[in-house]
Amino acid sequence: MSNPESTTKPLQRRKVIQAAAGASLLQLATPFIIPARAADNVKIGLDNPLTGTYAAVGKNELIGCQLAIEQINAKGGINGRQAELLVEDSTSGDAGTAVQKARKLIERDKVDFLLGNVNSSLALAMAQVSAEKGVLHVVPGGHTDAVTGTSCHWNVFRICNTTQMEANAVTPSLIKNAGKKWYFITPDYSFGHTLQSGLEKACKANGGSTIGADLTPLGTTDFSSYLIKAQAAKPDVILFLTQGDDMINALKQAVQFGLDKRFHLAGGQQELEALEGLPPDARIGTWVFEWYWNQPGVPHVAEFVADIKKKTGRVPTARTWFGFASTWTCALAANNAKSLDAVKMAKALQGLKLPPEVALMPDGAFFREGQNQLIPDLYVGHAQAKGISEDDLFKVTEVVKGADIAGTLAETGCKMTWPS
Amino acid sequence: MTFGRDKLAWNAVLWIVLLTMPYWMGAIGGYTELASRVVILGLAAMSLNFLLGFTGVLSFGHAAYFGLGAYGAAMSLKFFAPSTALAIVVGIVVGTLAAAAIGALIVKLRGVYFAMVTIAFGQVFYFITFRWNSVTGGDDGVTGWHRAPLRLGFATIDILGNDKAFYYLVLLLFAVAAGIMAMLLRSPLGRTLIAIRENERRARFLGIPVERHIWISFVISGGFAALAGTLYALLSNFTDPRSLHWTLSGNFVIMAVLGGMRSFWGPLIGAAIFVVLQDYVSSHTENWMSFIGLFFVLVVTFFPRGVLGIIKRRVAS
Amino acid sequence: MTQLLLFNVFNGLIVGAFYALMALGLSLILNLSGVINFAHGGFLAIGAYLAYALMPTIGFWGALIVAPFLTALLGLVVERVLIRRLYGRDPLYSLLLTFGLAYILEDGTRYIWGAQSLPFPIPAWLTTPLSSEFFFLTGYRLFMVLLVAVAVGGLFLILNRTRLGIRIRAGTLDLETVSVLGVNVGVLRNLNFGLGIYLAGLAGVLAAGMLGLQPTIGTSLIMPSFVAIIVGGLGSLPGTLLGGLLIGVASGVTTVFFPSATEAVMYVMMGLVLLVRPRGLLGEEGRTQ
Repeated sequence: MSNPESTTKPLQRRKVIQAAAGASLLQLATPFIIPARAADNVKIGLDNPLTGTYAAVGKNELIGCQLAIEQINAKGGINGRQAELLVEDSTSGDAGTAVQKARKLIERDKVDFLLGNVNSSLALAMAQVSAEKGVLHVVPGGHTDAVTGTSCHWNVFRICNTTQMEANAVTPSLIKNAGKKWYFITPDYSFGHTLQSGLEKACKANGGSTIGADLTPLGTTDFSSYLIKAQAAKPDVILFLTQGDDMINALKQAVQFGLDKRFHLAGGQQELEALEGLPPDARIGTWVFEWYWNQPGVPHVAEFVADIKKKTGRVPTARTWFGFASTWTCALAANNAKSLDAVKMAKALQGLKLPPEVALMPDGAFFREGQNQLIPDLYVGHAQAKGISEDDLFKVTEVVKGADIAGTLAETGCKMTWPS
Repeated sequence: MTFGRDKLAWNAVLWIVLLTMPYWMGAIGGYTELASRVVILGLAAMSLNFLLGFTGVLSFGHAAYFGLGAYGAAMSLKFFAPSTALAIVVGIVVGTLAAAAIGALIVKLRGVYFAMVTIAFGQVFYFITFRWNSVTGGDDGVTGWHRAPLRLGFATIDILGNDKAFYYLVLLLFAVAAGIMAMLLRSPLGRTLIAIRENERRARFLGIPVERHIWISFVISGGFAALAGTLYALLSNFTDPRSLHWTLSGNFVIMAVLGGMRSFWGPLIGAAIFVVLQDYVSSHTENWMSFIGLFFVLVVTFFPRGVLGIIKRRVAS
Repeated sequence: MTQLLLFNVFNGLIVGAFYALMALGLSLILNLSGVINFAHGGFLAIGAYLAYALMPTIGFWGALIVAPFLTALLGLVVERVLIRRLYGRDPLYSLLLTFGLAYILEDGTRYIWGAQSLPFPIPAWLTTPLSSEFFFLTGYRLFMVLLVAVAVGGLFLILNRTRLGIRIRAGTLDLETVSVLGVNVGVLRNLNFGLGIYLAGLAGVLAAGMLGLQPTIGTSLIMPSFVAIIVGGLGSLPGTLLGGLLIGVASGVTTVFFPSATEAVMYVMMGLVLLVRPRGLLGEEGRTQ
């Protein structure tokens, strides 16, 4: 750094360039700017990833929220007032940003409800803030058990399943159809750990055994060395607990290695976003979905699918449904409690059964009292390259009732305390 | 650095602005937490600038020490004792030790290669916190703790519930750190560092042990970055590996450059602009990354001397 | 156990070849222009997405040939318009520029193609494993190694047999003299940058076949490239190649014994190299400044 720069550019030229840059920025900005915020509405704050690894699922949750807001307002709003969705990008992993945005939504924008986060750890961090500030918080898609388990709060509700529930749902059919010797490829973070231990427990209870497991760092792109190890252990089933891009990479490579012809490939949670990102020959395996769009005979589902298709051109995924159901939960809480007081709303949600046009499932869904966890149906099945249409990438073989496999309240470790 | 009356006046204005920030922040669409963030990241950028602007050494991996400070504080509060003061001390110690170790390893390199290696080492720490699940919580970070109220013997200050109280604690520590940094820069040590920045070869010919001074600067800079990190963890009641990632390091550098690397307060101004801009832009568009990226490009191409650099030149002319 | 080990060594070489391809492009740009191209991963993603966009019209092979060239073209434009004005200044500025560029490229690809992972189909006959025993030697992976070998060979030929290449090598050693000898340094740097980006684009097309195609595809590959360059030796292209291969093999072998250290091992190697031989395994004396 010993050469001072020569700065002979005249100030005028610089000013002109700055002005031009500023003006062009503004021109570019207009299509991106989200509309301004009105003062009289009921505000729901969504603090979810819109960039980074979780951008795709986060975006789908956002779309579900947006549809819900439209429907809520069409039906008269929340307690007679219009509802408004405030969206903030938590980014996919920066807890500092997620917490900052949560605080911003609560303190500056004075939201009545907080929604988020896809990333389990960010969901927990946000839950701490919402509990501190006493704001009703619904977690659409953060799966770690602690959210409605050991770290449960009276004001925090969750739509998606716990990993234990997913494990319990898929294990019996896996043992029956695929085999008893299991090998795990697990992402190395809380979601992966709890899913693996949940599956191991269920496996043992059903007569199976774990013959090996590998923890893979999040964001691993090349799973070849783990796959080489897995096949050497000669299991019946190789379970891929990885999610998102890790899932895509792992499955793609497993199929390229021909492992699908020698072993049964399966896992716990699977999502349509991942299947859509796989080449057709890699859309295989036995999985659990938390919601699926192709449910013939279940009322209201077809309308929901049509509404979402009109918005995005693609079918809704479980994530879309998570966002949709969470936003509706806020409206139901307020309308049932006839108030926006968080404690009253939380009490109104205890044991609440979601109406069929929100639940969109054969057996419906309800919030378990004392845990604030939604107990829905789970869909066990296998992936397929093509079904009744290009979007039909999953064949549901069994719909499991959440209530049957959710375990007891004591097992979840949630001890809820209410403010006096 | 001359200290005319003007400088004193500007410093006074700056401090008045900082002292009253929580009160006028809300009026311009901000919130107290944002103010704390500005000060904390400003401190981080200033610590980096100690190395970058005043010693002339390009470190692109300072988030490592920032993040280690954050983890030190978080783990102290979670596992050792519910004492905020202890947490801050632990965080600073951890970050400084790491800076000392790494600094010693890389002090012989310069320029672009030095930058590469600082990034790589930053990633080493990122990677350790990411993988060492049992201790650091891995990708989930260290959760389930929060800042403890300050027990001062004669009074207990609730910095957890009261955002403003926390802001003033942050500001106090910032003032102390800034004061120490200013003193160091005015001292013979500081003069030596500036000499090294201006012309390393000549400094060496004058008999100055250049490597040792760069190491010292690295350690000091890392220590203050660690302090900023501890405050950052305390701010969110949470820390995760992202606070060690090289993209955060890059943000510190842009803050320093944007504000003006050759001036003491430049990085704070840069941090203020960057943090507020990012907060504003990310609320209004999903494509905030493009805007921030564009911002980097524009600053580097048209404002290399930074805001204070431009102001200084205008004042001088 | 030995079979497991052997498999992992072979596989490591394959993965390492891919890392080397990425790192070589980065190294080319670093050596001549002194710019750390943080946007290298972004260009990799652009290469992958362009291939995806072109495939319906010109097929996999057409995309494989055309996409890297288009990416290189983009690289030439970027260098000419943005990076060139920063050469005279502190290296800090070009770093920050490529940093910002990386953000723009990632967000740009997300804006144009969406955040959703896109399926990237490769010709079926390429994906089948060659033998059931050596199942990990899929046609695609061997094809990748072959392509990397061709690319490296081509690079070597360019650098040693063409005027451009010789000027690049000379410029790496002493740019001032080269300029005094009448070579247009601006054009030289421009073409060198384009060459480096070509390699990034090529790596992108190959990566899309192996990994999922989404906007962040390049960001995870930047760090191994850095480490490959540091381990192999600053300023040395063969060193970078060696570095990439070493990292690949080391990671593979570590998976057998300490699976959780699979990624750490490359940083440990880097630390050791810096301690014992700071210029890297094949680095030249004096290049660390």
